[in-house]
Amino acid sequence: MAFGPHLLLATLEGLVTSAVLALMALGLSLVFGVMRVVNVAHGEFFMLGAVLAWFFSTLVTGHPAFGFLLALVLSPLVVAGVALVAERLVLRRLNYDPEATIVATIGLLYIIQQLALTVYGPEARPVQAPFSIRIALPWFGYSGYKLFVVAASMALMAATWFVLTRTRIGLVMRATQYDRETAQNFAIPVDRVYAGVFALGAGLAAVAAVLVVPISQAHYLMGLDPLLLSFIVVIIGGLGSLRGTVLAAVLIGVSDGVISVFFSPTLAKMIATFAVAMVLVFRPQGLFGTAAR
Amino acid sequence: MRADTTARVVALHLAVVAVLAALFFVLPDYHRGVMARVLVLAVFAMGYNLTFGYAGLLSLGHAMFFAAGLYGAGLTAYHLGWSVLPAFGFGIACGGALALVVALLALRTTGVAFMIVTMMFSQVFYLTTLYYTTYTRGEEGLVLGPELRTIGLGGWTLELWEPATRYFIAVALFSVVFLATMALARAPFGRGLVAIRENEERMRMLGYDVHRAKLSAMVLSGLSCAVAGAAYALLFGYVGSSFASIQYSILPLLWVLLGGAATTLGPLLGTVFMFYAVDLTSGYTSAWLLVVGVALILLVLFFPKGVMGTVRRKWLPWLP
Repeated sequence: MAFGPHLLLATLEGLVTSAVLALMALGLSLVFGVMRVVNVAHGEFFMLGAVLAWFFSTLVTGHPAFGFLLALVLSPLVVAGVALVAERLVLRRLNYDPEATIVATIGLLYIIQQLALTVYGPEARPVQAPFSIRIALPWFGYSGYKLFVVAASMALMAATWFVLTRTRIGLVMRATQYDRETAQNFAIPVDRVYAGVFALGAGLAAVAAVLVVPISQAHYLMGLDPLLLSFIVVIIGGLGSLRGTVLAAVLIGVSDGVISVFFSPTLAKMIATFAVAMVLVFRPQGLFGTAAR
Repeated sequence: MRADTTARVVALHLAVVAVLAALFFVLPDYHRGVMARVLVLAVFAMGYNLTFGYAGLLSLGHAMFFAAGLYGAGLTAYHLGWSVLPAFGFGIACGGALALVVALLALRTTGVAFMIVTMMFSQVFYLTTLYYTTYTRGEEGLVLGPELRTIGLGGWTLELWEPATRYFIAVALFSVVFLATMALARAPFGRGLVAIRENEERMRMLGYDVHRAKLSAMVLSGLSCAVAGAAYALLFGYVGSSFASIQYSILPLLWVLLGGAATTLGPLLGTVFMFYAVDLTSGYTSAWLLVVGVALILLVLFFPKGVMGTVRRKWLPWLP
């Protein structure tokens, strides 16, 4: 294949990565923005979403689309439920102390990972894509499902943006993010907002996982890489900024795709990780964020 | 009163060292091996404790300092055929230099950002060890043969792989770092770190050079972790990427939290307890990650001061 088509393929692959990454990073960013805590177990919610997607898709026989749709509805709900329980039992009792929360979510990470290993096993298992259309480009055929992932991610991002900026729930969330105490004075149930946001963040990670499972398989160790990548995206995009998160996800996803195709995936990760550490050191508000109040 | 306390503290610490040395004659073979490993890892934990416990800097990247010592000693011994002492010294120097560079960059941030930056740097280090897999053999790792782990001085040789030698070298290294931590914790420097942890703004206002104190703490901590890493490579003869992975940044956090942050004895207790807890449970189930996870959550929920922290608060306020 010539250089041009090769680059196009790398960019397309990068866009698919970006789409998944953007959803996952959005969840992380919401949790950090509103609750001011870092959820280290976010990657495990992603993994749990993928594993549950495999489980739900095996429940249904017939056309693969039924299994996929069932997974797309149920898996995020179950994951959000797990997150809600963890939030009520652990995070709330820690009073959302930033450092204690990091330690507790590391604990949660290990628990979820071990349970997945014990119950689901060490194998990687695929979920069939809901449809298999190949779009013929002049140089190569490309999976229609992958383009669907990009479209679905964009739709979900738009929906999240709509909820955040145009509805009462979004207003309450933004008020809590802006000033927790004042929000409480205005009778906003901050406590319940936190629980909801934590569950929503986990749910978004699970949706991203269900979308990605037909492309890459479900495996109990699949959570760490996306977690680090979403940290990168969230930092570069500026914490709590939706626009920044999307832009950063595209930037990181596409450059990751291109470097991985032309050089090596390890090198791509090394460069991205190092660059982001430098961004955080020299421009803590992110490339697209504004300085903290 | 002050002199009295000093005598008590020094006596307690020397007693701990004496008990550890005496344990060799009591323990069966298997546990001698385990304890040698635990003592080396306790040095790692004590290094971590200096920043996390005393200075209050939550880092999730200390695996890179351990691994810098491990690779600094292991690679020079394996590829360049350096003998034990130069390799050991080089490993420590690597850890110290890396800690200085990382600290200069990472200390520009605070709190959660500091944690993420240290984690990212450590991840870059980990990926680097995988990228240069020709030299490091990645996860599979390098095995240092016995001939690389023998110190020859004139006609007299010291075989580091021999169990008794290994045990006493581990005790010696542990004692040096242990007593140094004790001295440090009681010196103005250590008290300054605790004061920074409690109220950084006030210390700055009092004219204290906060940045320099944190920088020194990071470098000393990195040196201590590198001592543990270099000793691990040379005593146990294995050098692998897994020691640079994020798991080895989390384990010292767990050990220190369990034993008690900002206590001199805590890291040792935490390491011994966790090592044996994992060892015992792995006899029944392979679910040792579950043990680690549950331990972390229970500790942070119900027992945030750890064992020695609780002991100090309730009974022995003079503990350093």
